[in-house]
Amino acid sequence: MLRCGYALFWLLGSVLLICVVSPVKGEAVVTREGSHLKLSESSHSNESQHGHSSNITGIPIISFKWHHVETPYLVAFWVLVSFLGKLVIEANHHVTSVIPESALLICFGFILGGMIWAADKVQTFRLTPTVFFFYLLPQVILDAGYHMPNKLFFTNLGGILVHAVIGTCWNAASLGLSLWGCQMGGAMGDLDIGLLQYLLFGSLMAAVDPVAVIAVFEQVHVNDVLFIMVFGESLLNDGVTVVLFNVFDAFVSLGGPKIDAAEIIKGIVSFFVVAFGGSLVGLVFGLLISLLTRCTKNIQIIEPGFIFVLGYLSYLTAEMLSLSAILSIVFCGMCCQKYINANMDENSVQTVRYAMKAFANGSETIIFVFLGISAIDKVIWVWNTGFILLTLLFVLVYRFIGVFFLTWILNRYRLVPLEFVDQVIMSYGGLRGAVAYGLAVMLDENKIKEKNLMVCTTLIVVYFTVILQGITMKPLVMWLKVKRAAVTEVSLLEKLTNKMFNHTLVAIEDISGQIGHNYMRSKWKYFEENWMSWILMKPSARKKQDQVFDVFHQLNLKDAMEYVTEGERRGSLEFVRNENSIIDFKKKSESESFDINNANMSNDHGAMSTTSRDPIPSVSLEMHEQIMKAVREAEAINAHHLLDQHLYKSRKQHRHRFSRSHFDINRDEKEVQEIFQRTMRNRLKSFTSAKMGVKPPKTIVKHTQKEQQQKMPNGKSMDKAKTSYSGDEGPNSVSFVHPAGIENPAFMPDLDPMDLLQIPPWLGESELDSSMVALSHRAQVDLPRTPSNLRRLAPLRISTRSTDSFTLENIPDTQQMDTQEEFLQSKLTT
Amino acid sequence: MGSSSSSRNKIPNAQELMRQTGFSSAHLLRLHDRFESLDRDNRGYLSPDDFEALGGLAMNPIGGRIIEAFFSSGQDTVDFSSFVRILAHFRPTDRNRNKEGTQQELPSSRTRKLKFAFQLYDLDRDGKISREELLQVLRAMLGLQVTEEQLQSIAERAIQEADLDKDDAISFDEFKKSLEKMDIDTKMSVSFLK
Repeated sequence: MLRCGYALFWLLGSVLLICVVSPVKGEAVVTREGSHLKLSESSHSNESQHGHSSNITGIPIISFKWHHVETPYLVAFWVLVSFLGKLVIEANHHVTSVIPESALLICFGFILGGMIWAADKVQTFRLTPTVFFFYLLPQVILDAGYHMPNKLFFTNLGGILVHAVIGTCWNAASLGLSLWGCQMGGAMGDLDIGLLQYLLFGSLMAAVDPVAVIAVFEQVHVNDVLFIMVFGESLLNDGVTVVLFNVFDAFVSLGGPKIDAAEIIKGIVSFFVVAFGGSLVGLVFGLLISLLTRCTKNIQIIEPGFIFVLGYLSYLTAEMLSLSAILSIVFCGMCCQKYINANMDENSVQTVRYAMKAFANGSETIIFVFLGISAIDKVIWVWNTGFILLTLLFVLVYRFIGVFFLTWILNRYRLVPLEFVDQVIMSYGGLRGAVAYGLAVMLDENKIKEKNLMVCTTLIVVYFTVILQGITMKPLVMWLKVKRAAVTEVSLLEKLTNKMFNHTLVAIEDISGQIGHNYMRSKWKYFEENWMSWILMKPSARKKQDQVFDVFHQLNLKDAMEYVTEGERRGSLEFVRNENSIIDFKKKSESESFDINNANMSNDHGAMSTTSRDPIPSVSLEMHEQIMKAVREAEAINAHHLLDQHLYKSRKQHRHRFSRSHFDINRDEKEVQEIFQRTMRNRLKSFTSAKMGVKPPKTIVKHTQKEQQQKMPNGKSMDKAKTSYSGDEGPNSVSFVHPAGIENPAFMPDLDPMDLLQIPPWLGESELDSSMVALSHRAQVDLPRTPSNLRRLAPLRISTRSTDSFTLENIPDTQQMDTQEEFLQSKLTT
Repeated sequence: MGSSSSSRNKIPNAQELMRQTGFSSAHLLRLHDRFESLDRDNRGYLSPDDFEALGGLAMNPIGGRIIEAFFSSGQDTVDFSSFVRILAHFRPTDRNRNKEGTQQELPSSRTRKLKFAFQLYDLDRDGKISREELLQVLRAMLGLQVTEEQLQSIAERAIQEADLDKDDAISFDEFKKSLEKMDIDTKMSVSFLK
């Protein structure tokens, strides 16, 4: 705290210094844009410059050239001040867990504003709309778009859109009309505001603010669906807000009588144009980024720069065309995430992620600090009790009404309806923020006489929502027992069962024959995989093997585990097998868990017998405990990691991958084949084991292009079945005997030639879609054979395990075999 | 599709089925059509090869188990009512409907869903998931790069985490307990079976 105390003093000192300096240069309203300098200021500075050059009598060793650096200095200075404020605030976690950081930053802004006010008697620094909309907001939204969970977003897109469009319109209309009604009723005293102006005010107050939502919700950790509904709404409602604001602004300028049906229709049309146009611009830029990253192999150092620059350009382009800039940058980020992460080098991906977070966080900080500072400005202190209180009331009430009504309609069409408590939080989470303030400041004072009242009200509403609702959000969430985001550590059984459910659902969908949501998704996936990825992704990224990464990861984990045990053995660098410590330990304390570790850690199961090796010299029991705990923890981590890495993904997951990590198309192919092989192998064994000593299975070799890829596992499975069959002595149980035993080197090399052959696109195309078409039994049997494929099979037969050659017998009809085997054999050929 | 009454007559004890499973009659009809399309030889019941003709199931690591779940207690045919009863497990849980006590018995209730999932693990139906059974599931669901010892380690750890009475197997209650945090209703529901 002492450090922070010094920082605070330094802060105060420098602020006072600045405030002292500026009056010396003459009273000027300085904003952070240089172009707003008043004329007197500039002339004064010019004078002093000229005066400076004509007054020198000797050579100045040092001169104080404030005006030289004024603008950039102030910019940098305020950034620094905001960050230092954040530092001070985050010093004590107890405070930040109760009061959200955004609220504290606003209060910090109040203090600063007060200090400047006290020094200057006029508010020299304000949050101007230009600075806010052009320099502070884009980063936050780009970050939001880039890190958006696409799958979750698009699953709930319907609900989000309904709330964003209809909800915002409802908010705007109801607020404007109610306030106007109240004014007519005389509740607000003597105000000169017309209906149109009220509607304009309503439209700028209606929008839920993304910055505020992020700031408040990030500490509360509600469940995913709730968060994405509020957050998605806050992003998409910009389309509506822009349109409403511009339309009503134009109406106010036109005046009442000029508004007729044509204008209203134009307004509605402009909504669609603005919204879709903005999204389109964003998409175009997103595709551009993806294409660019495909070619930037040689400039990896500045690769990350492209995203920021192009993202910003998408924002500005949309702004230039008077489309929705926020929508543009959001879709730009969402569109390019996947391809960037696949194309760029790992370091660049990390750089982008961190830089984006840094910029976004920094911007947020500055926004909130300046929101605080802007309050301390006597110009805008126009108080009208009725207006302000009624606005607050209506904003809250209409939000609740709107959300509940819309959700009631939505719930009829949703698989999982939104619960009551979730709806309460959604309504309560309708926070207004800096966007509303920025729009309010942009109002034209000539057209709207009561601009200052509106600005004041907007600020008060913003403070109310961010500070009060922010502080009470967490207690409310806990009191209502809202479902929280899934806590990190789930048990292994949960993970496994989770996966099991995924597979089950896919199977049930297959069985019941209907295609739900997944049809559209699968169509999109097909298009995306075969067209978009082809164009937008580097060939190497498309082919990149996840398997390598996994093995690497596993090896690293194993190394880490060994390192832990080594390091605790008093820095001995000699590598000793873990069995030593464990076996010894087993004697000391008989607990079963060490049995487990014995079974796992030792590579030969003979280690269970306590063959005495050199006992660990003079290591205390505590040290052992530490080692064992570390080993056990590492074991636990290892088990969890293994499960995570290797669980088969269900077909559903294959279809809509949204992970930001390596693109793993080939992994799915391999998985599919592995699963297929196994299934076939199992069934073959279960059937042939029922009749012991039956003739070795023959296959019907049928080739088509479509089934080429299943050909190869076919060959493999036959091979394995034969070798394992010969290895077993009349197995009775259906227990799966892992053909490769402890290690799978025999298996692994076999996979590689398969993969090499599958990379050509004419083979890769049909990967998962052939599985979607259930061939009828008849179709399977009648498929034609092509001789060219026969030859293709030959080189693959080089397997380390095969001893006998593959018998390619053509049995045209299947009547010779048993019904069960017949079925199985024909299955094997498909 | 014509007059529903005549089509409903095709389905034996339709009313009974509807009551027991909670499906609507429209759904029942759809499922009946599907049943008939799967039953290619028009035998009136399904056998394993009818299921396996569905290509997708071969690609499913637990496809075999699911098929077996349809064939309860050693029979090798599935008639329509059993077909429907199994599928009824996957209806979304109707939380708002509180009929007098019958809610608990619907196949789509949470307990019944869990029981179905438990049976996917517990193949020998002895009411407990032994280590060997868990190992089998793990082998089916994990890629082939996982070595045998790692499989053992995972299975061991899974049992450790879930097994409360230390009998080295997971009973249904322990299974239920370890999954209490999971949203079974969403994870085991298919929307069009509503």
